[in-house]
Amino acid sequence: MTTREAALDTVLADLLARHGRDPGRLLQILLDVQARFTRVPPEAVPKLAAALDLPIGEVESTVEFYSFLSRTPVGDYRILFSDNITDRMLGNQTILDHMAKRLGVRAGEVSEDGLVSLDTTSCTGMCDQGPAILVNGIAITRMTLRRADQVCDLVRNRVPVAEWPADFFRVEHNIRRADMLLGADFMPGSAVKAAIALGRDRFLEEMRISNLRGRGGAGFTTAVKWEAARNASGDERYVVCNADEGEPGTFKDRVLLQYYPERVFEGMALAAYAIGARHGFLYLRGEYLYLRPMLEEKLVELRALGVLGRSIFGVGDFAFDIEIHMGAGAYVCGEETALIESLEGKAGRPRIRPPFPVTSGYRGLPTVVNNVETLCKVTEIALHGGAWYRGYGTKQSTGTKILSVSGDCARPGIYEYPFGVRISQVLEDCGAVRPRAVQISGASGQCLTPREFGRRIAFEDVPTAGALMIFGDHRDMFEVALNFAHFFRHESCGFCTPCRVGTTIQAKIMDKIAAGHGTQYEMNELEHLHEVMRTASHCGLGQTAGQAIADTIAEFRGDYEKRLARRDFEPAFDLDAALARAREVTGRDDADSRLVEEGWQLRETTR
Amino acid sequence: MRHVAPTPPRRKLRVATASLAGCFGCHMSFLDIDERLLDLIDLVEFDRSPITDIKHCGPCDIGIIEGGVCNAENVHVLWELRANCKVLVALGACAVNGGLPAQRNHLDVGSCLARVYRDRAGGEVPDDPELPLLLDKVRPLNEVVRIDFFIPGCPPSGDAIWKYLTDLISGRMPRLEHPMLHFD
Ligand SMILES: Cc1cc2nc3c(=O)[nH]c(=O)nc-3n(C[C@H](O)[C@H](O)[C@H](O)COP(=O)(O)O)c2cc1C
Ligand code: SF4
Ligand code: SF4
Repeated sequence: MTTREAALDTVLADLLARHGRDPGRLLQILLDVQARFTRVPPEAVPKLAAALDLPIGEVESTVEFYSFLSRTPVGDYRILFSDNITDRMLGNQTILDHMAKRLGVRAGEVSEDGLVSLDTTSCTGMCDQGPAILVNGIAITRMTLRRADQVCDLVRNRVPVAEWPADFFRVEHNIRRADMLLGADFMPGSAVKAAIALGRDRFLEEMRISNLRGRGGAGFTTAVKWEAARNASGDERYVVCNADEGEPGTFKDRVLLQYYPERVFEGMALAAYAIGARHGFLYLRGEYLYLRPMLEEKLVELRALGVLGRSIFGVGDFAFDIEIHMGAGAYVCGEETALIESLEGKAGRPRIRPPFPVTSGYRGLPTVVNNVETLCKVTEIALHGGAWYRGYGTKQSTGTKILSVSGDCARPGIYEYPFGVRISQVLEDCGAVRPRAVQISGASGQCLTPREFGRRIAFEDVPTAGALMIFGDHRDMFEVALNFAHFFRHESCGFCTPCRVGTTIQAKIMDKIAAGHGTQYEMNELEHLHEVMRTASHCGLGQTAGQAIADTIAEFRGDYEKRLARRDFEPAFDLDAALARAREVTGRDDADSRLVEEGWQLRETTR
Repeated sequence: MRHVAPTPPRRKLRVATASLAGCFGCHMSFLDIDERLLDLIDLVEFDRSPITDIKHCGPCDIGIIEGGVCNAENVHVLWELRANCKVLVALGACAVNGGLPAQRNHLDVGSCLARVYRDRAGGEVPDDPELPLLLDKVRPLNEVVRIDFFIPGCPPSGDAIWKYLTDLISGRMPRLEHPMLHFD
């Protein structure tokens, strides 16, 4: 055995022991391996498979799936640029180019000495304080050229990331408008105590009265979900907090986790109380790794307080604790069944539904998956009752909604409003600069023009998971749609053909149009593709992957048309350039070794 | 196969066919419509096609192409058909996706040529202008010209081709359903 292999064995043995040899923790183990070796060494795969009693193929599939795991080494310093449209609008590309030049490494590559690698990644949820990067998984906000130079120097001098200036890692909450949730004081333990005082049935009744609907996007009534899980048969039940927040432009869950963690965890405990669960998971997106130590500390505190643990506040059969699982850079893992697959250590591919998680979720047992914000709202209902709660908002959308506002405005950040607020009101409050369009609910949401700014944020009018990106009148909406097309191509999990192939073709067509080779034909193809993906895809990702393009074509056709070639059709690639390699090898340069479309018929006939 | 009598068009339509980077399997499958060929020639006449051995095509209604695009000559043939046909149909996996010949796309065409002609045969890579020059990658038809209809399958069955053509000739939107629509 080589010393390298022996070193690997020691590390693996240690990790396996720390993770209790639980095959469900495969992804967590792999993340640790990646951090240790800047990759998942190929030799580690069969070793882990044997130790966890998993097929090698399953371990490989997990390694392949997550973009934060890699088979080939990344740099000792792995720098990832958040590449959401809002980062682009804040100039991330200039900074990326600058760093690439200074570090002598191109985007997507590792420097020769293995010191540093540079790449882009999907939105990291710092849209109100971008451009943002991740260095070895930890977020750095408000990048400037100056800060980029500092980062380059620190990397060159091999200063450990833990010793970098604390200011780099400061993540502001930017709460600009606080309402019933963000503005209220909260005493840890109070909500659970209140629910216990009510008893399970009364508490569930209050939940029903509140008509609370999920904040993760789908807007499903929380009480109905909980009751279904409570009534489903199974020896165990699980509560999962969905903190994957991968939707570009969304960052409200990050603020809740960082500044209101007791609310989040207590909301989970309340769900556990209602359905009779003993185990909970917080599925935290990899991009929020910086939050983890603080969240672990909070859990310790809550255990000490008796909010978590055995016979909570003296209720004999109420035992509940929470484990944090990290995601690894996959947007689709926000979809609840993909999330559960990921929790089980597997690649995050959405399951076929039904059965729904409430009857067959984590390890096939009844599982409630709720968004971070939903769980925070639950604490309010426990404390103040359902009737009080439904006094806010509209009939079908009760309570308040937290919006993540970014883009062209004076005050990007977090805004909490009662449901029913008009978009124009939000735009006024945040100081939007001559808005031309607003993208609601992220890349998968809808694009609205000033004509529609009078509409209201509510499930019955403009539903949203919380993102609101503003585009001023100097913005080119084609660029926005192009960015989203690249996002979906990267994030499609590849499980079903309409989305796997569709998102790729869609991005190719968008690139072709961007390069000035698009025609009316491509425009028709885009609309056709959207229809196919919308109706035939397996999960919400594919179903919405063409929406932003369809919307911007409908509203901002000019932004596309100014790029179209004035002809019926343009090839997808440079025909003559495609012959260059063969010309070189054969040494030919005759007329037939060229492909020039103009006048070819003439040449054909005069031959 | 139920024998659908196609509605005859007012005049005979002109049809051209060509095989580019394909194996002629799709053309063989086309001939597999067997006796229905006799019905077909009541409805259409063939212009440029391996069936007629006409080398260049004139104005046509329908062009049917098997195979992807692997060299400069393929591009010229495709341009010719596109310029002359009102409707172009990509026939078979190679035409639709590049198919089997596109297996070479992950190799460098230069080193392929060098390997075959220099290393193996010990000669030089032929530079005769008569030989069509290879493109760096094999491409589906729709990356080179506009294609109006696609028939998947390797090859599509004779029945599928018959159904598609008779739909087209009768002015119906061509439609293939299971089990005629398949991708292998
Ligand atoms: C592609 C995709 C991504 C999603 N991402 C998230 C997410 O990041 N956070 C979230 O809470 N819900 C997300 N969802 C919705 C979840 O599937 C699920 O509906 C939600 O977590 C349920 O919680 P709620 O009822 O509290 O809203 C996503 C859905 C899809 C289809
Ligand atoms: S729609 Fe896309 S993301 Fe969803 S299952 Fe299919 S391939 Fe995966
Ligand atoms: S699709 Fe199949 S049968 Fe048709 S040309 Fe290609 S390889 Fe041959």
